[in-house]
Amino acid sequence: MNKMLWSGLVLTSLASLAGAQTLRIGLAEDPDILDPSLARSFVGRIVFASLCDKLVDIDEKLNIVPQLATSWQWASDNKSLTMKLRPGVTFHDGEKFDAAAVKFNIDRHKNLPGSNRRGELLPVTSVDVVDDLTARINLSAPFSPLLTVLADRAGMMVSPKAAQANPANFGTKPVCSGPFKFVERIAQDRIVLERYPNYWNKSEIHFDKVTFQPIVDSTVRLANLRAGQLDLIERVAPSDVAGIKADKKLSISRITELGYQGITINTGKSDLAQKNPLGRDPRVREAFELSLDRAGIVKVAMDGEAEVGNQWVPPGNAFYARNVPIPKRDVARAKALLKEAGVSNPTFTLMTPTTSDAQRVAQVVQAMAKEAGFDVKIQATEFATSLNLADKGQFDAYVLAWSGRADPDGNLFSFYGCKQPLNYSGECRPQWDDLLNRSRTTLDTPGRIKAFATLAAETVRERPIIYLYHRNWLYAASNKLTGLRPIPDGLVRVQGLKM
Amino acid sequence: MPRYLLKRLAAILPTIFFVTVIIFGLQQLLPGDAAAILAGENQDPTVIAYLRQKMHLDEPLPMRYAYWIAGVAHGDLGESLRIQEPVLGLILQKLPVTLELASLAMLVALAIGVPAGIVSAVGKDTVWDYAANLFALWGLSTPNFWLGILMILLFSVQLGWLPASGYVSPLEDLKANLAAMVMPAFVLGNAIAAVLMRHTRSAMLQVLNADYVRTARAKGLDERTVVLKHALRNALTPIITLGALEFGTLLSGAVLTEQVFSIPGFGKLIVDAVFNRDYAVVQGVVLFTSTVYIVLNLLADLAYFVVNPRLRG
Amino acid sequence: MNAGPRPLMERGDTPGRRALRRLLRRRGAMLGLAILLIFIVLAIFAPWIAPYDPVAASWSAVRKPPSAEYWFGTDEIGRDVLSRVLWGARASLLAGLVSVCISMALGVPIGLLAAYVGGWTDGLISRFTDSMLAVPFLILAIALAAFLGPSLTNAMIAIGVSATPIFIRLTRAQVLAVKVEDFVEAARAVGNPHWRIALRHILPNVLPPLIVQATLAIAAAIIAEASLSFLGLGQQPPAPSWGSMLNTAKNYVDNSPWMAVWPGLAIFMLVLSFNLFGDGLRDALDPKHK
Repeated sequence: MNKMLWSGLVLTSLASLAGAQTLRIGLAEDPDILDPSLARSFVGRIVFASLCDKLVDIDEKLNIVPQLATSWQWASDNKSLTMKLRPGVTFHDGEKFDAAAVKFNIDRHKNLPGSNRRGELLPVTSVDVVDDLTARINLSAPFSPLLTVLADRAGMMVSPKAAQANPANFGTKPVCSGPFKFVERIAQDRIVLERYPNYWNKSEIHFDKVTFQPIVDSTVRLANLRAGQLDLIERVAPSDVAGIKADKKLSISRITELGYQGITINTGKSDLAQKNPLGRDPRVREAFELSLDRAGIVKVAMDGEAEVGNQWVPPGNAFYARNVPIPKRDVARAKALLKEAGVSNPTFTLMTPTTSDAQRVAQVVQAMAKEAGFDVKIQATEFATSLNLADKGQFDAYVLAWSGRADPDGNLFSFYGCKQPLNYSGECRPQWDDLLNRSRTTLDTPGRIKAFATLAAETVRERPIIYLYHRNWLYAASNKLTGLRPIPDGLVRVQGLKM
Repeated sequence: MPRYLLKRLAAILPTIFFVTVIIFGLQQLLPGDAAAILAGENQDPTVIAYLRQKMHLDEPLPMRYAYWIAGVAHGDLGESLRIQEPVLGLILQKLPVTLELASLAMLVALAIGVPAGIVSAVGKDTVWDYAANLFALWGLSTPNFWLGILMILLFSVQLGWLPASGYVSPLEDLKANLAAMVMPAFVLGNAIAAVLMRHTRSAMLQVLNADYVRTARAKGLDERTVVLKHALRNALTPIITLGALEFGTLLSGAVLTEQVFSIPGFGKLIVDAVFNRDYAVVQGVVLFTSTVYIVLNLLADLAYFVVNPRLRG
Repeated sequence: MNAGPRPLMERGDTPGRRALRRLLRRRGAMLGLAILLIFIVLAIFAPWIAPYDPVAASWSAVRKPPSAEYWFGTDEIGRDVLSRVLWGARASLLAGLVSVCISMALGVPIGLLAAYVGGWTDGLISRFTDSMLAVPFLILAIALAAFLGPSLTNAMIAIGVSATPIFIRLTRAQVLAVKVEDFVEAARAVGNPHWRIALRHILPNVLPPLIVQATLAIAAAIIAEASLSFLGLGQQPPAPSWGSMLNTAKNYVDNSPWMAVWPGLAIFMLVLSFNLFGDGLRDALDPKHK
């Protein structure tokens, strides 16, 4: 008995010597509801990466890797996915994770009032509990993006017991199965998580606590890092990169995002489309695109911290359509196209949210397009208002960025599908819907690449969205932090991080 | 006095009613679909419909006002739809923070403004007068968010003396709490210091020429006693009442300072809620702070009334 | 008939003239006025004095420090900061003046009405004014500016409307004091209609403190515009305004401090000049203050 007591004491003191470490992360915004079904912001996903494990995850190359599920297999008709689950996993309240929990969670994602996952899991009809550690997800039609959807919030698993005990406000005290469990949250101040001792991958976890502090101003966020009050910050301002590189005590990491920054043009959302030559005539849109120097925009507006692009995925992505390369700036051809279209002194209003990078992009675009004869009027609009105006089609062109999804379908379907919620340009073409559906129901990669290539050729011809570039996710951390692996989805994964 | 009190109390009710109308109207008339912005990136139509129903957005304006007021009467200020927490809870959570910031700022203002005002009044038209005046004016003329960022860069990043931002509860760590509050309290306080300086100066000037002061001087008391004991005590009355009013403004108006220093108080809560169209939060918090301001006003009036017997009757 | 001692009160020595002499003697007020006039001149002649086009971007000159070529340096898309500061004087001066004009145009008549008519009208107006004053000024301005849309014009309207209750209250208090004066009684006895009494007899006598308040309010309005721009609700780029320049510059304070120093300094000096002048004006107009 004494021996056990002593070894226990030694072990605990060793642990407190080695551990008792808190990882302090600075976020760019305050997260919203910490309920994976109701959550709706990008920044909340960073907290979820430490709090809630999901069925599968993605790696830097966008491959699907196991997390709560260890292997999976599509049925021969591709209308169901059978997943084998990891044994011995428990939720933060001690409850067992099993196929019944998977069924509960998928049902919850689909049926909870106000759930944001319902649309993401539309093709899922039901979940069968094959045995304790095997779940089968049934679909109404083959759905190739399914695994990437399950690598995001729709694949996050919460404790059924806790969810049932607190149906109205689960997000205020979330109980998941990730490496850290929820301790407290003070709105707009901090979110505190502490280590879950029974995490299945605990050897990769080297911190006892993680705190997230939202600091909206990027200068102040960096100042906190410099002053030693934070260990890691996300979304560093591109203009601060040079200064951080020169600082011996800090390190910087980057990776290109899954999303894009672009200009959406009203080509059919409302009558305004016909009233403006930009919305009416694809040649005018081509002239506008040719007047822009994407590399120049990236250099000036983003200090070089972005990758130029002309499609919904970056040029390095496996699904990038190589048949539609990035056009070079050609002001002469732009002017010629305008002449051909019979348009002189084209003018339009560029609706720009009041965020600083949108403003910068708009100003650079305005100056560049002027050389080809375009008179671009920048209309600064508060973001909430701009969404509303875009939805009603009350705009000519709109500077809109998208945070991106791991599967190209996530960057496409809602934007080009007829009557889809994010289709602000108002395009509605049966051939495009056809191609979109084909790319979703085909599971083999070559088939999808073909569908995307055809779609790219089509959409580029019409140009309802002019893609400009893909931003770099920028992280700055104290030099003592090692093991940071940036992933294109922009989330901070705590596995492997140590000080 | 009781009649005066009753009259004033009766006047408060229509004022508070107007406050509710103003703040409700301003929120609900903001452009854009509140449900859409709260629905997040995906803009899922079912989520939007669900939020619209929850916020009663499809019902006429007077009905929505009625829902809200009915809730308020029962102590239910609604819920923040952005993070699913009740507004009253958020208020109680942030109140100590803003209260501490406001108190510290007031302290700074008093510590700078009142002595500056005394010095300026006593040394009227001398270098001291001009210097004190200029110092107070500096406080009024600098945008406080600007001052805040500069101070962070100097004291946190360059010198490392103070934390750059954030808030630590005093119950958790008093030293860290005060360290984090120094810069914001100073930034917020020096604008009020200017106002206090002016009022102290004019109150002191009025009093220094008064009869009882001349009497004190004639009695042979030294200047110091005259100034501190007699003049200041009488000059304090208008300063106190003004201080109470400024405190009320501080309580709800530290908007920009809290943004810059990331202090989780009312100001930050309100601004973020306006941009996120989180109606219930803005309405609830502003109603709360306005009511506090109105009550403080009333108390200041009563204090003035009590201290100044000439006003009675 | 002989030249005796000169009478103390010379002909034409009105209270106004005495106030003016007092004003001219105050060094602080004259300094403030001088600075103010310099800014006004700079603002008016900006198109001719500014070395560059304030909205002309230059890709090769992004964020350059002050040099012989660019006296104040350049900003994040290569525009000359000096030119933008000069042109920005227009926006800031306009923001201050127009906002306060709106406040006075709305506030003075309402305050006059409330105090002159009294009774229920006064009660209603006073309660409404109290409620507007209870809502924090900046919150009111933010909500109004968000409602109207982010632009300089809307920011001016928002600030003007938010500051109106201050003028209502001040006017009302002054009118109440003047209303009972002898000359007003006399005017009434003679049979003047109410509007005449209000406009020709009462109003001119309450103007001095209103003007002092207006001067100080302009200073506050300029800062309010800068604050709204800081939150993204004021003058929008590329048009130059000191507030929006500060808003953009806050992201670059570390590596390009000149982007923020000059507009910040400009705001400070302009607001200081209004405050100095206003203070002097108040001292000059109120003899008891001396």
